Amino acid sequence: MAGMTHVLDPDALSAGAPLRPEPPAPFSDVTRSDAALRAFLHGLPGVDQVGAEARVGVLATRSIKTTAKAWAIDTAISMVDLTTLEGADTPGKVRSLAAKAKQPDPTDPSCPQVAAVCVYGDLAGVARKALEGTGIHTAAVATAFPSGRASRAVKLADVRDAVAGGADEIDMVIDRGAFLAGRYLDVYDEIVAVKETCGDAHLKVILETGELVTLDNVRRASCLAMLAGGDFIKTSTGKISPAATLPVCLVMMEAVRDFRAATGRQVGVKPAGGIRTTKDAIRHLVLVNEVAGPDWLSPERFRFGASGLLNDLLLQRQKLHSGHYSGPDHVSVD
Amino acid sequence: MTTAPPSPFEYAPAPESRSIVDIAPSYGLFVDGEFVDGSGTPFTTVDPATEEVLSEVAAGTAEDVDRAVKAARRAFTRTWGPMRPADRGKYLFRIARLLQERAREFAVLESLDNGKPIRESRDVDVPLAAAHFFYHAGWADKLDWAGLGPGPRPLGVAGQVIPWNFPLLMLAWKVAPALATGNTVVLKPAETTPLTALLFAEVCRQADLPPGVVNIVTGAGDTGRAVVEHEDVDKVAFTGSTEVGKSIARAVAGTRKKLTLELGGKAANIVFDDAPIDQAVEGIVLGIFSNQGHVCCAGSRLLVQEDVHDEVVASLQRRIGTLRLGDPLDKNTDIGAINSHLQLARIRELVDIGEAEGAQRWQPACELPERGFWFPPTVFTDVSPAHRIARDEVFGPVLSVLTFRTPDEAVAKANNTTYGLSAGIWSEKGSRILAIADRLRAGVVWANTFNRFDPTSPFGGYKQSGYGREGGRVGLAAYLKEAR
Repeated sequence: MAGMTHVLDPDALSAGAPLRPEPPAPFSDVTRSDAALRAFLHGLPGVDQVGAEARVGVLATRSIKTTAKAWAIDTAISMVDLTTLEGADTPGKVRSLAAKAKQPDPTDPSCPQVAAVCVYGDLAGVARKALEGTGIHTAAVATAFPSGRASRAVKLADVRDAVAGGADEIDMVIDRGAFLAGRYLDVYDEIVAVKETCGDAHLKVILETGELVTLDNVRRASCLAMLAGGDFIKTSTGKISPAATLPVCLVMMEAVRDFRAATGRQVGVKPAGGIRTTKDAIRHLVLVNEVAGPDWLSPERFRFGASGLLNDLLLQRQKLHSGHYSGPDHVSVD
Repeated sequence: MTTAPPSPFEYAPAPESRSIVDIAPSYGLFVDGEFVDGSGTPFTTVDPATEEVLSEVAAGTAEDVDRAVKAARRAFTRTWGPMRPADRGKYLFRIARLLQERAREFAVLESLDNGKPIRESRDVDVPLAAAHFFYHAGWADKLDWAGLGPGPRPLGVAGQVIPWNFPLLMLAWKVAPALATGNTVVLKPAETTPLTALLFAEVCRQADLPPGVVNIVTGAGDTGRAVVEHEDVDKVAFTGSTEVGKSIARAVAGTRKKLTLELGGKAANIVFDDAPIDQAVEGIVLGIFSNQGHVCCAGSRLLVQEDVHDEVVASLQRRIGTLRLGDPLDKNTDIGAINSHLQLARIRELVDIGEAEGAQRWQPACELPERGFWFPPTVFTDVSPAHRIARDEVFGPVLSVLTFRTPDEAVAKANNTTYGLSAGIWSEKGSRILAIADRLRAGVVWANTFNRFDPTSPFGGYKQSGYGREGGRVGLAAYLKEAR
């Protein structure tokens, strides 16, 4: 019997591009296909590792003293995302962290508050309640943090849950497996989906630069996260070593600077993990100041993801005011 | 240029203390292990950042130079020449360690006398000077492997004349190889920067170096001429301007003296469109603005591929805006003072000529200190290879930007100079770097970096940038003759 033949896929020759929100101009067409996105990201100027290290080496010799140091310490405190991301976290631990966030130095009311408290999603509600009325943000990690190895449905559910719990900032992880395999569009689509799910909550995109390894990758991932609508790009989960390093932060600052110059959109940067001392924090602030510029020197545009750093900042602050070092017993453990 | 809003992050002054260094009110000549009076009219040396007089320095006449050369000859014949090579090495190691121990003192004194930022004297000049002594100390008893056959012999007395841009480092480049190979020296530091050489004389005494091995005769051009023209000098080594270098070559012609000259430059820094732009901009800044551009191998001609010209120039101008100019002793200073009134006048003259010839001058909106000698970082665009700012060595913080379209054009323009000291190539493509480096007529070619020095790497020029090499195994040949 002679039946009618039919094409296997009626849409095969139609435009057929999946509907996805466009990145901001002038980059609106770079996500039209995997090949286009790949060509764009690989067409970004390369990063010379030796040169990047030399640059941060020189910036690390900046000598920040007296009034400049006082300003830097207070600014750094106000940029801290005070973080606890332990399997053993409890509501009690989160509440005590929130108390510290509100009043980092109980002996000195002039000490600024931190920017946010960062917890796992299930504790976002506890943090939110403890921080009510303080202006301190509640940040929650989501999307199967830290590995990101879960289905998209699970990741989005994770985000929805954290937002419903009261998080107004979401720290997501990118799919490093997809990134390293060159499936950039998958990474892009996922960030877009998470951003959409976040609603009004701010989105920080964790690149986990310790797994991306090369500075070229850091530059590409930064750009990808900004194209997809991330409000912040963040170095690390803190669970992988190396976490935040100065060369990585340099490349990310250059990326946000160039992205603003091209699109007008200003994206923030958050180094996280490994920044433990005031000296480290000041080196980062010098880098922000001299690479991206003073527009990034505020908690809206720059954060430190840290736990131990705050106490060192407080000790240095006390030393600057009193002229002598106190000691670890003069700041609270958390 | 748009002026950025003032940063809330103002770096408070962070001056290095100058109390670490004692500057005597006056200095004599260092001859035969002693400080002695000079016969000429003493001159003053000033801090170029403030014009404050730092000290009065003796001027050596031909008679003084003669005494110094005689002392050097004596030391060569009686102590240093016959000494076991391993023992000569010990003295050099000792000097190297003393330079490290007294590094802060040397750095502060260098910045005071020269005007360069303490960050550079502390992190570059002094550590490299010590490194040169360490490196050559190791060679002292291994000269059989210098490539000149077994038992190469020293030349005798070396007369050395050095410039003001890297006073201590150039001293090290000259003195370390000369001593390691068994020669003795009479060194004439630059008129405007004699102080670290005189402190080095103190280090020689501290190291118990036998008298006469190192003699330091301060003075101006006449003193230098007396050193170069002295009959009993076997070897002349000069670093400085091409003009003076030519007159030295004439003076030495027809004598038995061996000669090395390290002269001016007009280096091309070539940026291809696939370069790592941010690091290239750093390299451009380092290449032309470090040490206020007082660098013979400075990357003073930027050759940038036409399709990235605007991007590179914009990035460069933004980056220059973040440089910090001022007190050389402040640890956060990037750009210090011009070394002398004379040099400042020459820079101004060439910059005026550049503008008159039609190039576009750009300078950041920066305030200059009222006293002292200062010049802001300057970038010329629309520069043609025919302009004088593209041909003459400015020896100041002045960059000329030219463009090219193809690799061949880049090579042709880079080589279109009477100099040939150094060059830089910026590209992510390794094969291109190697191919271009091979065709550049320059003694040093840096790839994806600029102005990096190491005692193991020979340094020297093509064409009017001079001849002979300093540093590395090759550099030893300038102070040795093959065994008979």
